Amino acid sequence: MSSLEEGDPKLRGTRAPSRMQGQAARSTEESTHEAKKPFQQVIDVSTGDSHRAGMKPVSFVRQVLAACVYPELLDENNLPLDARQRAHKLLGACTGGSVGSYSATAYGIPYVCKSVAEFIMKRDGGVRSNPEDIIFAPGSTKTLLMVLHLMASGEGEHCTAVLTPMPCPHTLPMLLDMAGLILVPYQLMEDRGGAVDLEELHRALETTRGRCSPRAIYISNPGNPTGHVQDRKSIEDVIRFAATEGLVLLADEVYQDSVYGQGKEFLSYKRVLFEMGKEYSETVELISFHSLSSGCMGECGLRGGYMEAVNLDQAVLKYLRGLQASSSPPVFPQLALEVMVNPPKPEDPSYKTYSQNAHRACEFLNDLPGMKCQPAWGGVFIFPRMHLPHQMVEEAKVLGVKADVLYCQMLLEEEGVRLGAGCENGQEDPNYHIRLCVLAPPDTLEEMLARLQAFHLRLLERFP
Amino acid sequence: MSTQAVNGSVSRGKVLTLDTMNPNVKKVEYAVRGAIVQRALQIEKELKEGVKKPFTEVIKANIGDAHAMGQKPITFLRQVLALCSYPALLEDNKFPEDAKQRARRILAACGGHSIGAYSASQGIECIRQDVSRYIEKRDGGIPSNPDNIYLSTGASDAIVTMLKLLVCGEGHDRTGVMISIPQYPLYSAALADLAAVQISYYLDEDKCWSLDVTELKRAVTAARQHCNPRVLCIINPGNPTGQVQSRQCIEDVIRFAKEEHLFVMADEVYQDNVYAEGCKFHSFKKVLFEMGPEYSSTVEMASFHSTSKCYMGECGFRGGYMEVINMDPEVKAQLTKLVSVRLCPPVTGQALLDLVVNPPQPDEPSYSMFMKERTEVLAALAEKARLTEKTFNTVPGIICNPVQGAMYTFPRITLPQKCIDTAKEEGLAPDMFYCMRLLEEEGICLVPGSGFGQREGTFHFRMTILPPTEKLKDVLQKIRDFHVRFTKQFS
Repeated sequence: MSSLEEGDPKLRGTRAPSRMQGQAARSTEESTHEAKKPFQQVIDVSTGDSHRAGMKPVSFVRQVLAACVYPELLDENNLPLDARQRAHKLLGACTGGSVGSYSATAYGIPYVCKSVAEFIMKRDGGVRSNPEDIIFAPGSTKTLLMVLHLMASGEGEHCTAVLTPMPCPHTLPMLLDMAGLILVPYQLMEDRGGAVDLEELHRALETTRGRCSPRAIYISNPGNPTGHVQDRKSIEDVIRFAATEGLVLLADEVYQDSVYGQGKEFLSYKRVLFEMGKEYSETVELISFHSLSSGCMGECGLRGGYMEAVNLDQAVLKYLRGLQASSSPPVFPQLALEVMVNPPKPEDPSYKTYSQNAHRACEFLNDLPGMKCQPAWGGVFIFPRMHLPHQMVEEAKVLGVKADVLYCQMLLEEEGVRLGAGCENGQEDPNYHIRLCVLAPPDTLEEMLARLQAFHLRLLERFP
Repeated sequence: MSTQAVNGSVSRGKVLTLDTMNPNVKKVEYAVRGAIVQRALQIEKELKEGVKKPFTEVIKANIGDAHAMGQKPITFLRQVLALCSYPALLEDNKFPEDAKQRARRILAACGGHSIGAYSASQGIECIRQDVSRYIEKRDGGIPSNPDNIYLSTGASDAIVTMLKLLVCGEGHDRTGVMISIPQYPLYSAALADLAAVQISYYLDEDKCWSLDVTELKRAVTAARQHCNPRVLCIINPGNPTGQVQSRQCIEDVIRFAKEEHLFVMADEVYQDNVYAEGCKFHSFKKVLFEMGPEYSSTVEMASFHSTSKCYMGECGFRGGYMEVINMDPEVKAQLTKLVSVRLCPPVTGQALLDLVVNPPQPDEPSYSMFMKERTEVLAALAEKARLTEKTFNTVPGIICNPVQGAMYTFPRITLPQKCIDTAKEEGLAPDMFYCMRLLEEEGICLVPGSGFGQREGTFHFRMTILPPTEKLKDVLQKIRDFHVRFTKQFS
């Protein structure tokens, strides 16, 4: 029988998702097994999965998709005219007029590439975007994995390394392991809400000497999970650093539409790059990522993402575009992406919900003893720090888990609330954190906070 | 990497270059979307711009995309997907009750009752249960455990995942993977990308592309000199050859796999596409279990299926699954970890798969229309398979094996020496040269046999049998005329 020893050591070395995280989200069916618990339903805010938490999809998008999937609906009046018209247009972009055909190319449907390029140009105040630089894949995780795979080369001190923020999205360490790349951590400044510090970037880079070959720097803006939104200067600093140190810049901008901090605005890396003049705009290799899992759509399960690759070597870009030749990206989510980048009307009121939620959650948590929550300016998570009782930390050691994982396990068991343990975001220091997604209907959020509070206070009594 | 120029500004070469990128990616080729398709797209563009050509459209008979060629989707499937996409339609009385019932069940299994929520990374549990039931029914009651079912983004995703899991080792110990020649180039591409060793075994063209165990033995024995053979891949019904393996052959392959300690990967995506009289689809799993516990409890296997082919043709949805059998529990844990990294397969693809394994039953309102549509699609394909074989065999210089199943024909073409020499001068494989000429003169896009592998000195092309019957007749005629012309021109 094929045994573990015969398997790929790179795979064996891939860090396992923690028991809490296991899958991105468990199915709702599982909550029926929890019928004997003191709570009715599990509230899962551990991932950026807003639909799971009760947020409703955007009607227009779903109406368009329904008509695309079942074109008989194009002739019926129970769907609004504008949705039907959009569906008709999108079907025209599908081979054979069917969403069941393969994407026309390995990198996606050309018409949708064009729509995305137009969106980017409009977003960035006219900075040109080339449709040939746009590549689709089933989710931003996949787009990132494709880039990491493309960059995987070298042994020992020549092995590709990626500067990675701490904390980072909880799936990123696993992706790097799988792609065979070295993770080089750089700490984000918690007391400044997760800001990037140039000295820290330099320090991190120093650690790679003779050990590995840093070729890329990853950053998410708005920050996942910190909620930090970079200002122009910060973005310029990172670009200059990437330029000087010879790094490909991987900018994860999936939460670009979720910015709510006072006086904060989203500036894309692309825009800032091009506004820094030719010296940078014509040289820095930048790949930006966006997806349907964004705050405004929350369509995580549809698996749709794209990247824009700028200033890449043309021969290399050709390979990147051809990576999915034998399994082209799914059509359905590309159509949803087209509607996302080309909405019928300006942003809807659901945006207000997120900013209120984040503010409310932060305030509430700051009132709990031992909890410190930095204000989030954007993104969909908050990432409060916890001071956990010494006895609990000891108990966790005995059980062979990290203390924040134990906290989350107990919370799930006792109160039916699933949060993310901060260690999943790569945070190795003794400051424990929890990760909460604030994309939920306000009353679900209130319920969740109430249960968390009850648990937390009980915990502090149990472990004085 | 970075140099300070005289004026103080930074200048450097690119970071990501052909030298610093993943060297394996450079070795990957996938002929189905290769150079000839690029030229076909270019010609389409020229036609659109009004350039005059001897034809008015390019017929893309290179890719197994049924809907692209005008095949209609199955109504029931699309109705349920529309209901899942926009659940407000559940109030619309134009949708049949059985479609609504399926949609409600799928939505109940989704987080927040939305297909927009992530699912478990192995796939929605109740869908995996439905897949197991389907497999049990298909295989005469042989049990299938939903825990062994992994839903995937098309079968290709599952195939690549399995290969990632199995390929390891260095030098002499590097994993060798047996693949048929000719083969579907997903396999050769994946092996190149993983830097696995490809072990080619030849199908017998003179015996209708059948598989001979002595050839398997020859290939694996030779391979043991330089690698560690661990995997045997087989496509049944075959792509590009269309052969449907006999039950005896499948038993022989299983026996061989056990003797040589090989993991069997059975690609069965065309399992409903069987046309020839006397041919029947036998699932590898069924045969394995009917060979008794000596085999059924030891031989490690993964079977693959998808929503892209058969009667559905829903390639764009990327629905698929694999069933793993007799996998070491620790290896299975690695597999589960591996699939969790990409979060989950598209939920719409999972929903579609659920309908394929759980279609309307005789007592349900959609049953008769569903069966009518399904039968029509499969009957049309069977007819086109016969027509294709018959027509090509009337052409001097083309020999066409019966298209027993799948969606393609892979006829052998005789090419005059002058053609071979001219092709060499132009740096093209002779069958690529032939296909390019056909494309330029008739606007028909095929894939040359060199993209799939063939015996040295032989030439083929792969054509899909998907165009509508009348158009297919026209295509066959044009290829016949072209071949005669071409042969004359190069003699």
